[in-house]
Amino acid sequence: MKIRHVGSGEEEGVKLEMTPMIDIVFQLLVFFIMTFKIVTQEGDFNIKMPQAAPRAGSPQENFTPPLKVKLEANPNGTIANIVVQDLSGDISYGTDFKALRAHAQGYMGDERGPGSIQSEAEVEIDADYRLRYSETVRAITMLSGFHDESENLVKLFEKIKFKPQPEGAGG
Amino acid sequence: MRIKKQPPGMAEGDLTPMIDMTFQLIAFFMVLVNFSQAEQTELIQLPSSALAKAPEEQPEYPFTINIRKDGKILIAGRTYDTIDSLGIKLDQERQFAQDRGYGADKITVIIRAHESTQTGKVQELIKKCQDAGLETFALRVKEVVPGSSTD
Repeated sequence: MKIRHVGSGEEEGVKLEMTPMIDIVFQLLVFFIMTFKIVTQEGDFNIKMPQAAPRAGSPQENFTPPLKVKLEANPNGTIANIVVQDLSGDISYGTDFKALRAHAQGYMGDERGPGSIQSEAEVEIDADYRLRYSETVRAITMLSGFHDESENLVKLFEKIKFKPQPEGAGG
Repeated sequence: MRIKKQPPGMAEGDLTPMIDMTFQLIAFFMVLVNFSQAEQTELIQLPSSALAKAPEEQPEYPFTINIRKDGKILIAGRTYDTIDSLGIKLDQERQFAQDRGYGADKITVIIRAHESTQTGKVQELIKKCQDAGLETFALRVKEVVPGSSTD
């Protein structure tokens, strides 16, 4: 009896259908692309404000009073006036933040390192309640430092604090 | 002479490199995706600063507080209507940190406030945290986008 050999002469292998796998892979890819979120870089301005406790005894020697900066606001929350209070009196800079930075630069001088004014100096910010937070951050930025022409960071005030608010103060 | 006509063959592209690249992309996005909403929320538009730079040292015990534009507080996904209602939460957080060996001076309160928030709200929050014994604060800002100016 002649037995017919059905089929081709090649070996029959197990075929794996790749199409559904590629479909699922593309589904996953689209999912991750849609849920991907580009996060902007964030930084911090550090403020150390312990609950002030009255200290007994005489004040420290070489105690430098903080530079006081008052930020006055318009009714809509924008900056109305910047007033710097130092030993020579009150100086008003209007809405010129760069002038505030220039004042801070002049206050600091060129000395840096331990024992310099820059290492000890402190600035106290007295902002109006309704002032927009972005304006306060702008003032803090101007007081903290700047990038010079060579893109090097020049630090100004490192100690920043807010003026204590009286109880019940509100907008 | 009989010439056999060959049927036109179909051009088959090799999909293997494409599948490899697709897997690479998936792996890339899987590594980067972050489903955690604990620290960041799209409701908060941070103010920009040219000096924004990630801190060199991470705080030992960071505690993030978000302040929305309307003054409401967001902590770990939970909303507090007023700053006065935070007292218990702050005490709990301080106690929790102390139980884990971190003193109040090791807790850094990271304040993420919307740029349009009133500064007074931020000051009130700082005062509330001070009342709870917290003394170290970090005002979080975002990097200035190249081309925009804050000067």
